[in-house]
Amino acid sequence: MNRHLLSAADLDRDQATLLLDTAAEMAQLTEGRSVKKLPTLRGRAVVNLFFEDSTRTRTSFELAAKRLSADVVNFSAKGSSLSKGESLKDTALTLEAMGADGVVVRHWASGAPHRLAHSGWIRSSVVNAGDGTHEHPTQALLDAYTLRRHLGSLEGRRITIVGDVLHSRVARSNVLLLATLGAEVILVGPPTLLPVGVDNWPCQVGFELDPALAKADAVMMLRVQRERMNAAFFPSAREYSRRYGLDARRFGLLPENALVLHPGPMNRGMEITAEVADSDRSVIVEQVTNGVYVRMAVLYLLLAGGPQ
Amino acid sequence: MTTPVPDSGHEARRSVDRQDILDEQDIARALTRIAHEIVERNKGADDLVVLGIPRRGVPLAHRLATQIAQAEGAEIPAGALDATMYRDDLRLRPARALEHTDIPPGGVDGKVVVLVDDVLFSGRTIRAALTALDDVGRPRTIRLAVLVDRGHRELPIRADHVGKNLPTAMDESVQVLLAEVDGRDAVLVTSAEGDRP
Repeated sequence: MNRHLLSAADLDRDQATLLLDTAAEMAQLTEGRSVKKLPTLRGRAVVNLFFEDSTRTRTSFELAAKRLSADVVNFSAKGSSLSKGESLKDTALTLEAMGADGVVVRHWASGAPHRLAHSGWIRSSVVNAGDGTHEHPTQALLDAYTLRRHLGSLEGRRITIVGDVLHSRVARSNVLLLATLGAEVILVGPPTLLPVGVDNWPCQVGFELDPALAKADAVMMLRVQRERMNAAFFPSAREYSRRYGLDARRFGLLPENALVLHPGPMNRGMEITAEVADSDRSVIVEQVTNGVYVRMAVLYLLLAGGPQ
Repeated sequence: MTTPVPDSGHEARRSVDRQDILDEQDIARALTRIAHEIVERNKGADDLVVLGIPRRGVPLAHRLATQIAQAEGAEIPAGALDATMYRDDLRLRPARALEHTDIPPGGVDGKVVVLVDDVLFSGRTIRAALTALDDVGRPRTIRLAVLVDRGHRELPIRADHVGKNLPTAMDESVQVLLAEVDGRDAVLVTSAEGDRP
């Protein structure tokens, strides 16, 4: 394993498989146990450094670290020195002075975790918990873990990812990781919400949703990110929903065992209808549970060992 | 557990010198004896749960459970207990992959758990396994069965059932080969670090 987890592209197939296998063992070691805690990271400190609002990712990392007995400190932008204009460098130096072993960072700027890891400001391992519109590798890992639990090997499986790819760090990390694991990824979205250079990604691209559903083993709906919709990417919410929303009719076009995923938080009625989100083939709630196991695996593999 | 030999530094490394200590039949006889000892000590097969410590303790645990089941005509739950997350030497090496833990559906509460490993050496793996078992439940009794006891304990731990006591030098390495993992059964002693055949 590398010392940091910054991008899904950092992982080759063996490393990704090791991470997913380790996550499966984490599930085995905690599910149904009266003591859901392992002593492995006792005496290590993990800092959650969140420059952007997030409840589920932060909580998930916090729970994962606590289940491994690490000490957890939460730094969030609101109500801290971060909102007083402290630079990333000064924050990093503070964390280093406090002796953090691992830093889980979410930042609105793409590349901030990379800067933190490679600037020489800190010695701790850095985990990217979402940076700008760049990457969110642990989300991709938990999606892959969830898919693997239901589909077995991902080799040759067809995964359709739908929606706002342009702003989606989830889509980017998923395309990279799923391709590494041998899956066939199809991105579908309005042309205005597909990034420049998407032709060079290891996936297919389409503008129509219906034809991409018939052979899909799983479909992943992306959130329409209202906070990033600062230009006229599509005419209206209603039109987006009609062309790219997963409703009951489109759900009927999917093969019988196809899964429905969503990274959350959902806009019910926008990219996904409540009926589909709550159906028995939706694994959206399970994704949250699996997120804790995957993050335990990441923290274990990055922080438990000593130097080479 | 295989125990790697520390490199002796100034001394030129000796050529690998393998010695077969136990062959397939010896191992089978030792396991049969241990199976009977376990039943004798427990006065029957009631409440027995056999847990192997990965990797080579696991096939040994299953073999013991099968033998006890044949002798006593009762199903004996067997499983695996990985203690990697509980080891005291995690920070001395890069993080390692976890082995599979498989606790039989009946759990361990109130049971007589027999931990099984291939080689007993420093005792640290067993200490980790005892701590791991704490988080699984509260057995009535925990016993330890090992195929080979090679000495050099670093902790106050001993085995209840031993296949073979094998006095060794610190710079020797004991390898247990099992058909399920290695294709054949044997116990070897090598006097310098050699590759597993």
